[in-house]
Formats: sequence, C-alpha cells, structure tokens
Amino acid sequence: MSHAEDHEGTRRDFLYYVAGGAGVVATGAAVWPLINQMNPSADVQALSSIRQDVSGVEPGTQLTVKWLGKPVFIRHRTGAEIQEAQQQDEEGLAALPDPLARNANLNADAPATDANRVMPSPEGEAPGAWIVQMGVCTHLGCVPLGDAGDFGGWFCPCHGSHYDLAGRIRKGPAPENLPIPPVEWVDATTIKLG
Amino acid sequence: MFKKLAIGAAFALALAPASTFAAGGGEQHIEDFAFSFEGPFGTWDQHQLQRGLQVYTEVCAACHGLRYVPLRDLEALGYSEEQVIAYSAENFEVFDPELDDFRPAIPTDHFPANDAVGAPDLSLMAKARAGFHGPYGLGINQLVKGMGGAEYIASLLDGYTGKEKEEAGTILYENTAFPGGWISMAPPLAEDQVEFADGHPATVEAMSEDVSAFLMWAAEPKMMDRKNAGFVGVLFLTVLSVLLYLVNKRLWAPHKGKARKD
Amino acid sequence: MSGIPHDHYEPKTNGEKWLNSRLPIVGLLYDTLMIPTPKNLNWWWIWGIVLAFCLALQIVTGIVLVMHYTPNEHLAFASIEHIMRNVNGGYMLRYLHMNGASLFFVAVYIHMFRGLYYGSYKAPREITWIIGMLIYLMMMGTAFMGYVLPWGQMSFWGATVITGLFGAIPFVGGAIETWLLGGPAVSNATLNRFFSLHYLLPFVIAALVIVHIWAFHTTGNNNPTGVEVRRGSKAEAEKDTLPFWPYFVIKDLFALAVILVVFWAVVGFMPNYLGHPDNYIEANPLVTPAHIVPEWYFLPFYAILRAFTGEVWVVQIASFVTGGIIDAKFFGVIAMFGAILAMALAPWLDTSTVRSGKYRPMFKWWFYLLIIDFFALMWLGAMPAEEPYATFSLIASAYWFAYFFVILPILGVIEKPLAQPETIEEDFNAHYGKADAEATPAE
Repeated sequence: MSHAEDHEGTRRDFLYYVAGGAGVVATGAAVWPLINQMNPSADVQALSSIRQDVSGVEPGTQLTVKWLGKPVFIRHRTGAEIQEAQQQDEEGLAALPDPLARNANLNADAPATDANRVMPSPEGEAPGAWIVQMGVCTHLGCVPLGDAGDFGGWFCPCHGSHYDLAGRIRKGPAPENLPIPPVEWVDATTIKLG
Repeated sequence: MFKKLAIGAAFALALAPASTFAAGGGEQHIEDFAFSFEGPFGTWDQHQLQRGLQVYTEVCAACHGLRYVPLRDLEALGYSEEQVIAYSAENFEVFDPELDDFRPAIPTDHFPANDAVGAPDLSLMAKARAGFHGPYGLGINQLVKGMGGAEYIASLLDGYTGKEKEEAGTILYENTAFPGGWISMAPPLAEDQVEFADGHPATVEAMSEDVSAFLMWAAEPKMMDRKNAGFVGVLFLTVLSVLLYLVNKRLWAPHKGKARKD
Repeated sequence: MSGIPHDHYEPKTNGEKWLNSRLPIVGLLYDTLMIPTPKNLNWWWIWGIVLAFCLALQIVTGIVLVMHYTPNEHLAFASIEHIMRNVNGGYMLRYLHMNGASLFFVAVYIHMFRGLYYGSYKAPREITWIIGMLIYLMMMGTAFMGYVLPWGQMSFWGATVITGLFGAIPFVGGAIETWLLGGPAVSNATLNRFFSLHYLLPFVIAALVIVHIWAFHTTGNNNPTGVEVRRGSKAEAEKDTLPFWPYFVIKDLFALAVILVVFWAVVGFMPNYLGHPDNYIEANPLVTPAHIVPEWYFLPFYAILRAFTGEVWVVQIASFVTGGIIDAKFFGVIAMFGAILAMALAPWLDTSTVRSGKYRPMFKWWFYLLIIDFFALMWLGAMPAEEPYATFSLIASAYWFAYFFVILPILGVIEKPLAQPETIEEDFNAHYGKADAEATPAE
C-alpha cells in the first residue's frame, strides 16, 4: 500500500533508516550469542594449556600425555640418542621429504634441523635432551609407536611411516614431520604445553 | 477501565514468586546486609571475596564441598594464574580416574565435593536459599531487597544464640535465621578464627558477611556479566522503543485526524 | 479463502509468473502480510505478536541449550551448571529460556482475557478460540515438562505431584501414572521422555499457531467494537481496515520492544525472581521440600485443584452418587481440567448477541470480577492449604465456574446492551477524528 508523500518526506525517510538500522543491530546482537555458544566453552579452553611434571621421565623413556584431545610425546633422549640424532642431521635437509621444522615455537619457515626440533634444555642438561611433539601421524592421524621404525624414532603401524629421532618423516606416505606444539619450561621439571 | 487490567498484570508479576514463600516455621530473622554486589549497578568487592575464600578454605571446607565451582574461576577474584595453581595444590586433593589415585588439585579441577559428614554442598547455596519473602506471599520484599540468599547465609552464620539442646541423640543449636529455630550445625565461626592478610577485623559478623559474599560469587560467578548485558540491553531496547514509537506515530498520522493536527 | 476483499499478489515478471504457477508462495505470504486489519484495534491486540516472539525465542534458545544439556538423572543438574558457568553466554541463554516461559504465560493470559472481554470467541471465531485453547494446553504441558529438566528438587517433586493427578483417575489411574513415569516413581526414564516431549511439543504448537492464524485470517480479526468489517466491496472494506504491513507490524513491534525492555531488565537484574530457590538443590527422591508450589502460571488452576476437599458438599454428593468412584482427589482433577474446559466452551455458553464487552454494561462488572478472581486464585495457589485460604479457594473456584456456566448464559438474556457503532470506521473516527485524506462525507 502506498502512502502519499508529504513535505516531511526526508525527515521521515531518515527516521525510517535509523529505526531500520537499529533493527538490524538488534538482530545481529541476537544472532551472535547463538553462534558463539558453539565455540569451545570455558572448561574446554582451560585445557588448552596444561602443565606436566616431567621429573619422572628418565633418559631413554617417553611420556605420552593427552593435550587438546590428542597424544603428545614427551621424549627424554639419552646422550647416545642425541649423538645419533645429530648424525642423522648431517645428512642434510635434502635427505628430508619435509624440510621444515614444523615447530610452533619457531617461525613457519625454520628449517628442519635437529636443533630446531628439540626443546631448549633446562639448566644443567645437555642441549637436545628433550623433544616434545604431537603423537599424531601426519598421514592419516594414527598414533605412531615409539622406539620403532628404520630410523630409531617412531613408526606408524597404519601405513608404515618412519620418523627419525627428531620426529622427522623419513620414509613412508606421511607428508610432514611430526608437529611440535607450543611448549616451554615453567621450572626445571615442569613443562607447559599450549 | 482497562488500566485495571494493566495494574492487575503488574500485580501478577509481583505475586508470582509467592512460591518462594517457603513454609518455614518459627520466627526467622534475616538481616538485610548491604552487600556491594546488590542492585543493578552493584559490583563484587574483590577483597571481600578473597577474605570469603579464606574463610571457606580454613573453616567451611572441612565439612562442605563446592563441587560445581572450577578452581580456575578463582582468577576472577583477582588472583594470578600462579596463585591459583599454588592455592589449588596446597589446599585440595582430587581423585584422578586416570591415575586411579588422589593427586593435588590443579586449576582445571573443581573444588572437591565433601560428603564426609553429610553437610550440603555450598556451590549453589546462595541461590538455593531465599532470605526475603512476602508480605502475604506477594513477593514485594524480594523485589525491593533481592532474593536474599547471601543475606540468609550471613544471618545464619551470625545468628547463633548460644543455646543448645539434645534431640534424638543429636545436639541442636538455636539459631535465629534457621527455619524452625534449631540447626544441627555447630556454630562454625569464632572471633579471630582466621587472620586476614589485609588486616580486616575477623569478627563473626564480618567473617559471615565475607564468606556469604564469596558463596554468592560461587553460585553466580557471571553476575557482573549478566548485569552488564542487562544494562546494555535495556538501554538499547529503550532506544529502539522510542524509534519505533516515532515510526509508528508517523506511519499512522495520515490516517488519524487528531494526530495530524499537531 | 473467503476473507475480506483486498488486493492480491499479481506476478509481474516472467520469473515471478514462473514461480507462481508452480508454487504460489509469494502470493500466500503477500496475502498473509497484507491482510486487511480493522484499523481500530487497540493496544490489547498486540499480544499475539508477543506470543509469536515468545515461541520463537523459546524454540531458538531451547535448541541451543540442548547442545549442552544432558538428559540423565546423574548429569542433568551438573549440565545446567556447565551451561551457567562454562558455555559462552550460556547463563544468558538459560535465563532467557527460563524467564521466556514466564513472558509466554503473561502474554497468553492477557491474550485470552482480551478474547473473553471483547467476545473474540463468538461466532464465527469458535475454531480460532478452540485452537487457541489447545495451544494453551500444549504450552502448559511443555512448560511443565521443561521445568523437570534441570532436575532440581522442585523439578522432581513437581513432576511427582502432577503425574500423581493422573493416578486419581478411577480404575486405570495407577496404570496410567506408571506408564507416564516409566516406572513406579519419577526416574531417569521420566526425565528422558519429558525431554523428548519438551523438544517435540513446541513444534506442534508452532503448527497449531499456523492453523490459529489461518482461522482468524479467514474470519477476519475481531476488534474492540465487535462490529464486523464491511465486506460488500473492496472500497468499503478499505474504510474499515488498513493492511497488516506496515501499520500493525510496526505498532506491534513497538509494543514488543517496550515489553522486552521490562523482560530484559528481569533477565539481567533479577533472573531468579520468578523461580523457586529449591530448584538450585539437586533432585533427591528421599527428601521432599517443605512446600511444593508450581510455577506461578499454574497457580490459579492448582488452587482449583486443591479447593475441592472431602469436606465440600459438592464433592460429597458426587462421591455418594457415583458410589465412591469420584473421590475428593479425582474431583479436584476434574475441577482443574473443567476450569480450562469451561473457558473452551465459552462460545456456546455465552448467549449474548453483542460481541464486545464495551457495550455490555452488566457483563463488564462480572468480567472484572473474573480478573480479580483469577489473581485471587493465583495467590491462593501459593498459600498453604489451610484456613482461611481453603475457604477462599473454594469461593474463588466457585466463581470461576459460575462465571462460565451461570453468568454468561443468563446475562445474554437479561442484559440490555448499549448502542454499538454502525461501522469500524465510525468508531475509529470517533477516537482519532477524520483523516484529511478521507473523502467520505460525514453522515
């Protein structure tokens, strides 16, 4: 139904626009909470950062903890393993299917050297003693086995991916090195993930 | 004439929470403490909440749990992450089904439940009790003073007369705030029972108020967010109402002779 | 539809014609939105939109809450706390849903009493009225089952008491009660079926709402005068009406915004005012709360339920006549449902030929007394079942039935109605004066 234009036309139009705009704002304000409620809730978010006591992880053993619903391998390498890893490193980046470190604590383009894969050691410990990585095969998401495979590191039983002592993919279908999560030392025996 | 109906509708709203008028025998005395978080603009007094947490930890926690309250939420009381970690580990042990053993609590845990002596959990106590009702089931007191959950708890803690009696093998203590007048909980607070870091006096009344404020926070940690949302919403909807009123008036003007003249 | 004559949608472009010959949905929406509406509708006619808003609000917030709620006797209470503490904005969503139920009932009661005063239930709108009563019954069922879901003390004991009503039915009551509960008492099975039905019924309500609207779009809206829109020609009808869009949409939205200011203030500043503190205590089958009270919107009928005790002579006679089959408990249940049925029967109980209460000098006062009676019953429903409240409840209940079964039929016969306006246009102009644009000469 049309209504006759009057001399207050512009003022009326302006009012209509303002009211319409307010209606749009109201609708948006009503819709946003409905979307936002599906984002992770506070209890889930609280688990995005966990602390792990690693004082009991002896050299040559590995601790698997759950973080963000996935396994994380915390590996305490022995001196021999550190040496072996450095030897593997000497083969150079060219020998690696994935030349990037995949370390969330470094720049995205950092090269996949052993030094870029390991965690800084706490005071009084040899460099390269600790390596922390997501225990999720980069192929199709299986959990690799520790102390296994052709390169002394990890081996994924699902489709036969071999990772070396620094968690770098060496052989098999996996496209990338095992990702390294944000990780830091809170004190000499506690690691903070996330 | 129809204004009567409008008044009636308002009356209906006022009448509704007659339901909160629980039977409650005896003469209950609930003091209307002036808590900082009351009213549309009230906010938490963080120092008070911290003192209340201390009273809870040192006194109430011996028998009462807070099973729905996550320890991580304590950061809202003004503590740092490190302080909450330390507080959790020092004060509580929780059962970890993965370890199949007890371990010190961490912030992602909740305060533990405590069923040791059958004392009720306090997580929601400040919402599960009402201090005010009536008169005559009309709900006007709650409207004016608030539901009074925190007031009830504070009045109860401060409401012991010192008299006790034995009934069926249990000792009951006379309390002016408890429905029926006799409660099985022994007076939990005594003067200077806790020592506040901020030097606040630790009288029974002061401690009662502090721990009640803390329990109100524990029951409704999002109260300030809620009031903010309420405030913004009311303001915005008022503006929207005015705009719609003007649009409506203008829209109808050509059809209403009288409206046209002004 | 043989409605009020008005312009219909004409597809113009080829695309519109293509769609219209296959699915005339644009035409349906156009006809619905542009429906000629009596232009003298007053502010009591805004509650329909408020109700539509409430239904949408409850469905939307409800669907969202379900994403976090767990219908299990061990987890339900904790999952509500999870919503209140952890879910993003969860406390607001839950408080909106909780208080939304109250707004829904405030609106439905005003909407119903508006119909009762202006005679909206009378021919030819009986079907609209009956559908409305069905919606109201469904709302009560939905609200009741929704109240059980938080699994607090009042949830549990409210469910126990209300399902107990069905146990009062002679012979088969016990079996029905067990069937409803899925066991001898309120349990996990009860919680799960109530959850399922609480999710289902709102969609049934939505379907009924569409039928409700369809019905009154066929008959046309009633209006404060009760005088029908002239339908002789489109030109004649247009003197009495204005299209729903934009005139009534904007008017209703303005009213809705004002109501939402109040609603939002309740949700933001006193969200637990209308609730019962005991529902923040987890359900415990071993401890009954001192005083079980239903939510405020059930109180008037709860009062009627309790009013008819064994000492009341009507109950004693009924019991004697039926040889004890109708005992006091069953009588109370009959009375409660009868009180709602009485409203549903209003179209056939009211013998007056005048529709609107505005022109019924005697009816008016009896109607106001009914409103007072309604609030009195609401108040009495919350009071303990003891004197003097019991006697008051009985008197108030008696008036409720008397209004529908005695006063409405008799008034139509003895009352001398006032003069009604000839047309809606006349009534409108008497209120607002004549618009300049109107070319119609004065009589």
